[in-house]
Amino acid sequence: MTTPLPPPKRKDPVKRTRQPTLPPANRSREAQGLTAMAAVGRFALQTCTACGAVQYPPRQICGQCLNDDLPWQDVSPHGLLLAETVLHHSNDLFFRDRLPWRLGVVSMNAGPSVVAHVAEDCRQGERVRLSLGLDRSGMAVMQARPETPSANEEDDGQLRETTFDPKDRRVLIVDGKTDLGLALAKAFGAAGAREIYLGHAEPWKRSPKLAAAEALPNVNLFPLDVTDTDSVQELASLLGGKTEILVNNSYYLRQGGAVDRFDLNTSRDEMDVHYHGLLRLAGTFGPAMRGRGADGAHGATAWVNVFSPYAWVNNPAFGTYSASQAAALSLAQCLRAEMTAGGVRVVNAFVGPLDDEWHQLVPPPKLEPDMVARRIVDALKDGREDVPIGAIAEEMAARLAENPKELEREIRL
Amino acid sequence: MSRQRQGYDDIALCAPVTIPYTRYSLRSAHWFCGRALAALLESAGLRKTDVDGYCISSFTLAPDTAVGLTQHLGVTPRWLDHIPMGGASGVVALRRAARAVQAGDAEVVACIAGDTNHVDSFRKTIASFSQFANDAVYPYGSGGPNASFAFLTDHYMREYGATREDFGKLCIAQRDNALRFPYALMKRPLTLDDYLNARPIADPLRLFDCVMPCAGAEAFLVMTQDRARKLGLPFATLSSTIERHNAFPDDPIQIRGGWAMDVDDLYGLAGIGAPEIDFVQAYDDYPVICFLQIEDLGFCGKGDASKFVREHALTVNGDFPFNTSGGQLSVGQAGAAGGFLGLIEAIRQLTDQTLGDAVENARHGLVSCFGMINYDRGLCSSAAILGRSDA
Amino acid sequence: MADSQSKEASGGVLTGLMSGIVGGGIKVVDLTMTLQPDVPTIVMPPEFGQSWPFRMEEISKYDHRGPFCYWNNLSCGEHTGTHFDAPIHWVSGKDLPENATDTIPVEKFLAHACVVDCSDAAANDPDYLLTIENIEEWEAAHGKIPARSWLLMRTDWSRKADPVAYMNMADDGAHTPGPHEDLIPWLIEERDVIGFGCEAVGTDAGQAQHFNIPYPCHYHMHGNNRFGLPALTNLDALPPQGAILITPPLKIRQGSGSPTRVLALVEQ
Repeated sequence: MTTPLPPPKRKDPVKRTRQPTLPPANRSREAQGLTAMAAVGRFALQTCTACGAVQYPPRQICGQCLNDDLPWQDVSPHGLLLAETVLHHSNDLFFRDRLPWRLGVVSMNAGPSVVAHVAEDCRQGERVRLSLGLDRSGMAVMQARPETPSANEEDDGQLRETTFDPKDRRVLIVDGKTDLGLALAKAFGAAGAREIYLGHAEPWKRSPKLAAAEALPNVNLFPLDVTDTDSVQELASLLGGKTEILVNNSYYLRQGGAVDRFDLNTSRDEMDVHYHGLLRLAGTFGPAMRGRGADGAHGATAWVNVFSPYAWVNNPAFGTYSASQAAALSLAQCLRAEMTAGGVRVVNAFVGPLDDEWHQLVPPPKLEPDMVARRIVDALKDGREDVPIGAIAEEMAARLAENPKELEREIRL
Repeated sequence: MSRQRQGYDDIALCAPVTIPYTRYSLRSAHWFCGRALAALLESAGLRKTDVDGYCISSFTLAPDTAVGLTQHLGVTPRWLDHIPMGGASGVVALRRAARAVQAGDAEVVACIAGDTNHVDSFRKTIASFSQFANDAVYPYGSGGPNASFAFLTDHYMREYGATREDFGKLCIAQRDNALRFPYALMKRPLTLDDYLNARPIADPLRLFDCVMPCAGAEAFLVMTQDRARKLGLPFATLSSTIERHNAFPDDPIQIRGGWAMDVDDLYGLAGIGAPEIDFVQAYDDYPVICFLQIEDLGFCGKGDASKFVREHALTVNGDFPFNTSGGQLSVGQAGAAGGFLGLIEAIRQLTDQTLGDAVENARHGLVSCFGMINYDRGLCSSAAILGRSDA
Repeated sequence: MADSQSKEASGGVLTGLMSGIVGGGIKVVDLTMTLQPDVPTIVMPPEFGQSWPFRMEEISKYDHRGPFCYWNNLSCGEHTGTHFDAPIHWVSGKDLPENATDTIPVEKFLAHACVVDCSDAAANDPDYLLTIENIEEWEAAHGKIPARSWLLMRTDWSRKADPVAYMNMADDGAHTPGPHEDLIPWLIEERDVIGFGCEAVGTDAGQAQHFNIPYPCHYHMHGNNRFGLPALTNLDALPPQGAILITPPLKIRQGSGSPTRVLALVEQ
């Protein structure tokens, strides 16, 4: 059993906040393939198409047969913990702040030996299960966990450096008035979030979802309109220093494209909510969260953007909406790079059509907001940063990887 | 292997010099290499133009290599090599230089290893050591070689029952040797208590299991024995060498080095066996690697090094003189010069030029080198058997 | 001679006006809400086009973006905060002459105001509707509404600082006071008013989309080339009769209205 992490104490106001440092981020281009796998939660290594040898560390030439075709393929994550050490000294500031730090060498069933971070419940000479996580620099790292998940495994201090577990953390859900906003409030509550801040714009517009969310334990409402710089600034000054997970679920979906529905007002509103809204949140909450990226075991950890997969490829039925999602996704890449300086990860969820009023004319499959919210929380617990949710998003991701032109031509509701 | 290996019968190793070690230095690696060359020339009574070959090893010469150093030092060699093999570079440089002299490509080759140690240079060296290390080791705690040898030590201890006391005995014997060696940075005796209770670094390693990075240089000359005699230089002879890289890649963790592949060749070319060896200078950045060398070089079977160490005295006057100048663990690790330390000490022992105590009646010395933890294990191994010129 | 006489005469009136304003005989009352981002705008169904709320973005504030000056970029719909509704705003007034902010004769931006105090009734009933009978009672007390006057409905609704209370939305729409649907044609035909003003977010009652003619105040007033003046405040500072309103909207090409600084001149 992993030692349970105690809930955070109230912070000593005269104590200096530990400043964020990052683990080494220098990687070869080949090794970034591992980052791509970790980002989506896969455990994959380069595998030689000629001789089948599994390669590690990443490389461009097969270490067995010198073939150069080494696609990333899912491999068995199991292995034997051959050796371990606990570091009491490190040359790197990030690890110096976190000593002692446990490492090991795992002989994988798949072939290679890997150096890995080792979780508390692993024993030398025993079998372990490897996973790929993204460290605070956003780079993939190997983690050895007990072969069968142990109690409180998610509380392991080293694992927590690669996950964004909501337990005992304070979460801001930007738009509490939508179906997904309510579902997120429920899901984060179930995941043990300490406090849930629920933003709501235009308070004079009633929302039964908001009323239902407000009735949940540990949920508090705050006025927040992502189209209003003043409003975002005011809330950031109030909550920026407390928000440990920010979920930007801003949502403004209207049907129509560029030719069939030429309407600058609607497209500007879409951009204002999705793109400028993210920008306003980034400029106000970003600095405060980034500054608390290393503030103990419960510091600021993740920024979640709820996007549509149409951010990848434009769906002309929602043409200007798709464009605003693409703009926001591009900005999220910028945000990700900037937030990495504080070790705060930007997690982009790509949610297929929701079963809500705005997708009334869209045929199924449509997603239940509760399921979507749970999947987002799961991704945070696992430490993934690119999270397609639902069959449509998953299929689009696969088609995009295979042939983006096909997807552009054939995209349907 | 149908072709018979050629021996090194006419080769002389002479003029062993050391630029004294310092924990940190404001000097550059160029300075250390340059002063080493000056010391070589002075020691051998040669001019710069008399040396027509150079073999350089250094981690901190970057962005330069041996090439830049020629202009820096104003030399015009007709033969030049740069050996980027760290701890294995001493014997490898010797092999290259000896063959060049035998073939007539060079008359006199200066083999120089020098590194500086600025306050931050060790961290920078290990932070960009190799692509595999950058990708798959350094991001894991950034422990550098401490972490890598902690794995090997942990595994070795569990696999073969070695104890901390066994490693301690070796470290204490080396410290004892170092106390007689003027250039050693460690000047105080080491007790078993000191060793066992030192500050933990990377379990099971504690402070005195780990070399201390420092600045310094080591150098020697390779020429024909005829030339050495004309110059009136005492010299050691070369009986045999081996070199191996990335040995046993299928071992899931390192329990042996390339010596185990080539040990028969080593003794075969020398025409002697392990019992005829009078002292061993082994690579010793961490004690576990000494144990591997004692086994792989035929002094005992695999896994028996603990027993061997318990049964022998490793001091310079003991029955198994081992790292007789104190080794890197007590002298310091001056970067690539650490790969020359044992070789220089061996030449001194076999030419009666020791700075500390001499091994009595030493006629054959074994020098073993190991280097470059590229990912999870040291890749380069080399070894040589040296002899007394009247042997 | 005639010229100088008329100048003297008009000069006399304006001089009197100015001395009244400066000397305190005439009070200038600001009937305008402050424009700020949380000023609510009228709520339309979400699938309709939406009016932009008032937003401001700082251009510079004596800083690296402009060391010498402080200024902002603004954006909002024409019908934001205290504003002027032009006849072209409504489909019933779309083809009338001089119906837009840039074509309305400017003298129409100055007119008398008649203020009907409905504050007690509105406090008791958010759906309170002002009727012809109420006006007749008012006229009995304060005299007949002169032609070309604003009819201003005072409800003290603008004192509701909380936008939720101010908008008072429910499942069936807003619940705010306004004119009865029979009152507007009567005001036009029988009293020839210049327009209707009130304190709520629009000139029609909150439930007016459910009336026989939806939004009757907009429909009839603009269909007869009259104006609207919603989201007023400080109406309690005006006398029932006698104040003059100054209501010029921005001169927007074919503008349907604009946020307006509405001032009242009140003789003390």
